[in-house]
Amino acid sequence: MQTENHLIRKASLEKLFNNLVGNGKTVFAPKAKGKMVLFEKVQTFEEITEDYIVTTNSAKSVVFPRTEKVFSYKKTKESTEITDASNNTFPDVVLWGTRPCDAAAFIPLNNTFNEEYPDIIYNKRSQKVLVLSFSCSKCDSYCFCTSVNGGPGNTTGSDILFTKLSTGDYLAEVITNKGKQLVTENSSLFDAKPEESKEQNLALVTAYFNQEEIQAKLQNLFENPVWDEKARACLGCGSCAYVCPVCSCFDIQDEAHGSKGTRLRCWDSCGFGLFTLHTSGHNPRETQGARWRQRILHKFLYMPNKTKVAGCVGCGRCSRSCPADINILETVMSL
Amino acid sequence: MTEFEPKIVAFVCNWCTYAGADLTGTSRIKYAQNVKIIRFPCTGRIDFMLLLKSFGEGADGIIVSGCHPNDCHYTSGNFHARRRWIMFRGLLDMLGIDVRRIQYSWVSAAEGAKWADIVNTTVTAIRELGPYTDYAKVAGYLEKEANV
Amino acid sequence: MKELIQKAASLLESNAVQVVIGYGKGSVDRTRAIFITNAADCEQLIFDSRCIQNLAVYLTKAEIKKLGKPAIVASIPVLRSILQLAAENQIKDNDIVILGVTPESELVEFESLAAIETYLSTKQIAIEEKYRATIETIKAMPVSERFAYWVKELELCFKCYACRSACPLCYCTRCTVENNQPQWISVASHPLGNLEWHIMRAMHLAGRCTDCEACYNACPMGIPINLLTKSMLQDVNDNFGTYGPSLNRDNTLSSFKPDDKESFIR
Repeated sequence: MQTENHLIRKASLEKLFNNLVGNGKTVFAPKAKGKMVLFEKVQTFEEITEDYIVTTNSAKSVVFPRTEKVFSYKKTKESTEITDASNNTFPDVVLWGTRPCDAAAFIPLNNTFNEEYPDIIYNKRSQKVLVLSFSCSKCDSYCFCTSVNGGPGNTTGSDILFTKLSTGDYLAEVITNKGKQLVTENSSLFDAKPEESKEQNLALVTAYFNQEEIQAKLQNLFENPVWDEKARACLGCGSCAYVCPVCSCFDIQDEAHGSKGTRLRCWDSCGFGLFTLHTSGHNPRETQGARWRQRILHKFLYMPNKTKVAGCVGCGRCSRSCPADINILETVMSL
Repeated sequence: MTEFEPKIVAFVCNWCTYAGADLTGTSRIKYAQNVKIIRFPCTGRIDFMLLLKSFGEGADGIIVSGCHPNDCHYTSGNFHARRRWIMFRGLLDMLGIDVRRIQYSWVSAAEGAKWADIVNTTVTAIRELGPYTDYAKVAGYLEKEANV
Repeated sequence: MKELIQKAASLLESNAVQVVIGYGKGSVDRTRAIFITNAADCEQLIFDSRCIQNLAVYLTKAEIKKLGKPAIVASIPVLRSILQLAAENQIKDNDIVILGVTPESELVEFESLAAIETYLSTKQIAIEEKYRATIETIKAMPVSERFAYWVKELELCFKCYACRSACPLCYCTRCTVENNQPQWISVASHPLGNLEWHIMRAMHLAGRCTDCEACYNACPMGIPINLLTKSMLQDVNDNFGTYGPSLNRDNTLSSFKPDDKESFIR
């Protein structure tokens, strides 16, 4: 679909939000909590904050929750009843306030969950998500979206992208049919496209490296001692993987209670020592350096090799949240 | 409407309280039937998580009982247990897990009557407190939620 | 500061140590742990109020130990952790060289672990008033309300185990949660799993925690788990008087007194 541009006035934006909530949609938006800004369910427009570069946590939990039921079972004398979560219907969810990097992250996520085999639960959730992103008027030195084929006004993955203009009103770029439907349903709130350009309202994000060049370099760096050195301070927790909008590794856990039980899918991290530990006791990624190498190679080499899209959107959340201040941009630039 | 009958789990040591409970029986002392007794070699062996797991599986109250200090069959198991209970109780209290629902006691092999008394008073107290719905809700959410 | 840099450099030059663990410049406004193996690089060492990461966590890591004998820049929280690790036989005299730093960035040298204990005896752990007040407020809530408060606070936890990874005293090569026969603590981050994990963590640290707040600082979701560790510290002090690490005393929960007092055992 060809992108359509509209203007939406500040007051109309609030009305749009209220219409969504009024129609029974679950809306996730950035909400301040102490020093952090988190994606949370919101009911009123006032709860939403605009004061963030990126939220602390990512929006991926609407399609890939940190813990979700895969199926549950109940055994009786005669049979076993299985309740399969892939038969569920999932609610409509609106993501309000994702950044272009967050929206772009849905592309590699979609790829992962449809590689060779469509993940039914993921796809069902994903179809019900409406992504209303807001472009970035500011960035900081953790951001590097422009180095990974992204940008502060990038529309990839969004249904509508809003850009705040100098007047306080917003340019609304309608990217997908889903987005178009929302505009049609709320046509009174949208005006003809504004004169003011989008570009002058976007942050300037320095391009620190070139994704394709890094990809080429990484082909030959497997045996390089740089990984042990860079990962020395790494504590091996799961912070980076969990706040990342693209990371999708999971663990399957069965929780049984007598004759009933549930199979759960939970987030996992390749940074954990246990991640590749074999039952024999052998661990192919024995050192933290090997695990850090895996993280970088997976995001910047293996994923783009397979799908043409890198596994990193340059949001910088991992570096921001790392308790040991391991900085992914620094590592990649040092290669 | 049937009156609420509490489910009580008792963690007891083999040498004192279990023997004491046995004496209660052989003395033909009647006492409340709400208790399921789990026998341990010593109170020192009781992992604090076992108490939490009991609440998670639907217990409304817990009894933890062993040998009197200085009488432990293994000399010092109950001393270690006592310290552990002090810390655990403090932590549970801080978290809002109802410590009134856990009764700790020293019951020796000769104290058949005391065992009956402990059980009866605990059952009465829990009956008054009602079922432990707060914890059950947290432990049982998986029955309802599709995702967390 | 210069003294610290010179001392670190000379230790490396003379090969008295093979690595210096200290703080260096990090991203933006942060500092981070650095591992210096060349004397010339000691210039990178800094120390200021931003240096809150507890470096003692690296002393028990296999990959760091492989580098050789370390010298470690140790602020007071780090010194306490080192002392506790020594009390638990994880470090012995001569395993490491300690480069103590005062809050004014001045170097304090210690010839032995016992010397650290002497130094710390005038710098006891003290729970700040604001935390005491918060703990009191929570404890004053009725039980149901208190429980709801914690279930809500712990809701943000997604089991990244940053708290465990950052704690210098969580050095078990295989944590309880990493065993699956049985899977004692749920892996999943649901209300029960979160509660069980934090209870277990607080209990396994009871009497050992030195109030460095590395756990709270590491948590990416800002969960106030330091309230739990501080409340435990208070309990240890109130009940056993054994606040703080010591080489002359067994761990609080590994030892006992025949006349330990309590009010709740019938």
